Amino acid sequence: MPARPALAHEQREGTGETVATVTERQEPADEPHSLPPVVELAKTTTPVPPAASTTAATPVTAAPRRHGRWLMPTLLLLLLVTSIVSAGMGAFDIPSDQVLSSALRHLGLDVGHVSQANEAVLWNIRFPRIVLGIMVGACLGCAGAAMQGVFGNPLAEPGVIGVSSGAALGAVGAIVLGVSTFGSWTVTAFAFAGGLLTTLFVYLLSRADGRTEVVTLVLTGIAINALAGAAIGLFTFVADDAELRSITFWNLGSVGGASWKIIGALAPFALVGLLILPRYARALDIMALGERGARHLGVDTERVRIVVVVLSATLVGAAVAAAGVITFVGLVVPHIIRLIAGPRHRLLLPASAVLGALVTVGADLAARTIAMPKEVPLGVLTALIGAPFFLWLLRRTRSRQGGWA
Amino acid sequence: MRLLARNRTAALASAPEIGRIGVEAEDVTYGIAGRNLVDGVSLTVRHGEIVAVLGPNGAGKSTLLGLLTGDLTPHHGTVRIADRALADYSQRDLALRRGVLPQSVTLSFPFTVDEVVRMGRAPHAGLPSDESEDTIVARCLAETDVAHLADRVYPSLSGGERARVSLARVLAQGAPVLFLDEPTAALDLKHTEDVLRLARDRARRGDAVVIVLHDLNLAAAYADRIALLARGRLVGCGPPEEVCTAPVLTELYGHPVDVLRRPGTDELLILPSR
Repeated sequence: MPARPALAHEQREGTGETVATVTERQEPADEPHSLPPVVELAKTTTPVPPAASTTAATPVTAAPRRHGRWLMPTLLLLLLVTSIVSAGMGAFDIPSDQVLSSALRHLGLDVGHVSQANEAVLWNIRFPRIVLGIMVGACLGCAGAAMQGVFGNPLAEPGVIGVSSGAALGAVGAIVLGVSTFGSWTVTAFAFAGGLLTTLFVYLLSRADGRTEVVTLVLTGIAINALAGAAIGLFTFVADDAELRSITFWNLGSVGGASWKIIGALAPFALVGLLILPRYARALDIMALGERGARHLGVDTERVRIVVVVLSATLVGAAVAAAGVITFVGLVVPHIIRLIAGPRHRLLLPASAVLGALVTVGADLAARTIAMPKEVPLGVLTALIGAPFFLWLLRRTRSRQGGWA
Repeated sequence: MRLLARNRTAALASAPEIGRIGVEAEDVTYGIAGRNLVDGVSLTVRHGEIVAVLGPNGAGKSTLLGLLTGDLTPHHGTVRIADRALADYSQRDLALRRGVLPQSVTLSFPFTVDEVVRMGRAPHAGLPSDESEDTIVARCLAETDVAHLADRVYPSLSGGERARVSLARVLAQGAPVLFLDEPTAALDLKHTEDVLRLARDRARRGDAVVIVLHDLNLAAAYADRIALLARGRLVGCGPPEEVCTAPVLTELYGHPVDVLRRPGTDELLILPSR
């Protein structure tokens, strides 16, 4: 609150503090105008009791925010705890202090003794798996939030609208056709291209007048998923045994095949998307007004759209390339964040990345421990939790808006 | 870059020169499927005045507004804001010059009223400003009588409240040329008067205001000039007393209209004959 108008007003009015603050807020005292005092709606009504108007005005200065401030620290802490717990659990348990010691030792801090066997399990199996889970989850959560923002529709999600299966189709195609154009990057590159093409395709098909209607979006998703499913089925039909195993992996989704090499291949894609997307947070907020409304406020909607769609597809493509199709993370996660902290993308995008990581690491822990020694595919587990959530969301959207259109 | 920004605000500060041309359409034509929705319309709106655009349904009012705001590109003719063709503006520079209140605004996500109004300040990001964003937002919330809703979530508001919040957002944008598309459609009697008074006040302080209205009496009471549209063509433009005559309006709407004076004043009362 700048001092100048307040002072000017106090001199003029000299009334009690409460009243002075209120009038000062309502009247644009520092706008020079020789004309009679500005017409104000609040003033033309019956005199507002000072108490009522102070309460009305306070939230403006004390920026209203849900629980935004504590969200990121809490999520990061939970992610750390879950990761440590997850690293300790499995076919044979490793105490948490040993997990910590082992991790710290690689950071150059020698604390406590860790057995050779534990060390091997942690660094060859568990840590890569957790790191991959974090990266894949972060990609999916952030991409989900960004896609919902740019589609202007809270139901947009890579899995639902078919981007994940498009990416899986790219990967499966590369495996079965034995393409090796890009060496060890081939499958990743194809998954990425598949994801990007499908995103653009869905985007072009489902939008009308700068918005995406829920029905159109979901139906487009059904069609794309069916199409990709059929193509994957065809590839499955002609695949040999080894290829079949890879294909199953892409379809069900798992971070079980994690290795430092895969993580290294995923990292550049993930970082590009996760670091650049938050720069479009403000533009995505304004896009909630619709394309035309955003343009009225100076947003170059064309550019924002293309950049955000390409970056989200990059994230999804990279995640699918590394871990197969893991559905619903990108749907559920941004929703939970919005419920807790509101829809502002400045917080939504990074928080969705962290919660996505948390959910994926947690789900993977469940996937490999609930049916030990067998492993439930991660994608199956997320779908099992995510699909009912999606149904609930559909119902809620319908009852809120009186329809899906 | 910073120099440029400073020049821009310097230009803005001196902008509300009453009498200067705010927006100017020169022989604009726009059509779909071979039919001209707006046909050779020329219209000049100056800083300091309110021009109301009136006409029967389907006369091309919204299309004309779309052409003036830059939502639509004319197939023929040009639109200039502050003597510069719309095509020569970047989105952001245009947003600093003109604000648009659409007929209805739906939000994809549940932003609060305060957040929605703050969106209006987006074009000013990084530009120096005399007032803090908080001050401007608080003032606009108060002016439109929605300060008590600041913490509410936009989708939970009634139609009238939404309309006022959207208006607050447009006011917060602080652009010297304003386009309001039926701003009072969802409002009750009191808020209708309030909003039009607010528009008139903005005009008195140097803004150029274009309002699409349906209510002839409101237009006659608040507009400095009225532009009458029929089948995409401008059929009259001038002060209310000149334009709003019984024969003209009867022909325009295809329904007999009486033009009276409010007893004891020379205020126009426009009523359909029944």
